[in-house]
Amino acid sequence: MEETITNPAENSTKTGPSRLWRIVAWVGLFALLVVVAMVLLRKQQGPVTVGQKPPSFTLTTFDGRKIGPADMAGKVVLVNFWASWCKPCEQEAADLESAWEYYQSRGDVLFLGIAWTDTEPASLVYIKKFAITYPNGPDLGTTISQAYRTTGVPETYIIDKDGKLASLKLSPYISVAEIKAAIDPLLGP
Amino acid sequence: MVKKSLFAIALTLFFGFLVVGVVSAQQPTPSDDQVNAIAKQLYCPVCENIPLDVCPTTACAQWRELIRQKLTAGWTAQQIKDYFVQQYGARVVGTPPAKGINWLLRVLPFLIIVAGIVILYRALRSWSHPAQQVNLPSHAPAPPAEQPGSQDDYIKQMEDQVRKR
Repeated sequence: MEETITNPAENSTKTGPSRLWRIVAWVGLFALLVVVAMVLLRKQQGPVTVGQKPPSFTLTTFDGRKIGPADMAGKVVLVNFWASWCKPCEQEAADLESAWEYYQSRGDVLFLGIAWTDTEPASLVYIKKFAITYPNGPDLGTTISQAYRTTGVPETYIIDKDGKLASLKLSPYISVAEIKAAIDPLLGP
Repeated sequence: MVKKSLFAIALTLFFGFLVVGVVSAQQPTPSDDQVNAIAKQLYCPVCENIPLDVCPTTACAQWRELIRQKLTAGWTAQQIKDYFVQQYGARVVGTPPAKGINWLLRVLPFLIIVAGIVILYRALRSWSHPAQQVNLPSHAPAPPAEQPGSQDDYIKQMEDQVRKR
């Protein structure tokens, strides 16, 4: 008479590869969760914070000039994100231009306007309308706004002479005095 | 007199052809349908997940106007889309570019499907062939048989419990 039982040797050979697959699956799942967590964390970080070194960028202006980190080094830099379709941006446009005219001759202050998701013809109309003379250019590929993690327009970032973010404003400036109050302490005696 | 008339006709024909030539050289103004055919493949820059053709914001109106200008200039739909990606980033087309971590988004669904097929195949195989069995000679030690008495006692206890309730 013969009996049928499960062969234990067969079982042991099956556990090898299946165990390996299980480890691979868990490692893969863990890696995926880490990636998702990192992406979510980055998305929830919000804009660059005061005291941080903001990301460097090169702006190509509407008239074709390139303004990069070398041009900003050792200067107080005001970076203003705006759009021609943005009504609150219009509120501060004249004040920003007045402030620029006030500081321009010093040489150690630089204003940069970055047109966010705007069409070039509309941007140029806006610049002409408010007689803006400081360098302005498009945010090509929205790379600058993404690096700064902006949440909309207008947003203004003021970087001190050491290249660190001194202040940020996520709404329009209401007066020239407010802009001066943000810049003057960074200029020293 | 005849000469003058012929000259006048020739002059009229010349200017007539000139005007017709200039008009026919101009691209016709694209219709809203033509603009929207491209606009619906793009997304609003400000409000997320809203196609450009149905977006009511000023930014979208400007973008649609830009599409119209590009179409008038003779650009193809692909050229216009490429221009928008270059100007405003890949998010305007609603598809992440195939680079960096974005590859994961493209590869992962297929990996999940393949993993699912493998798991399903293995499960089906294990159901159809539960465990490989081999014939062993009769002198191999038999597993210990269950004691019939102990099973009977257990059933009896259970029945007693049920009766009590």
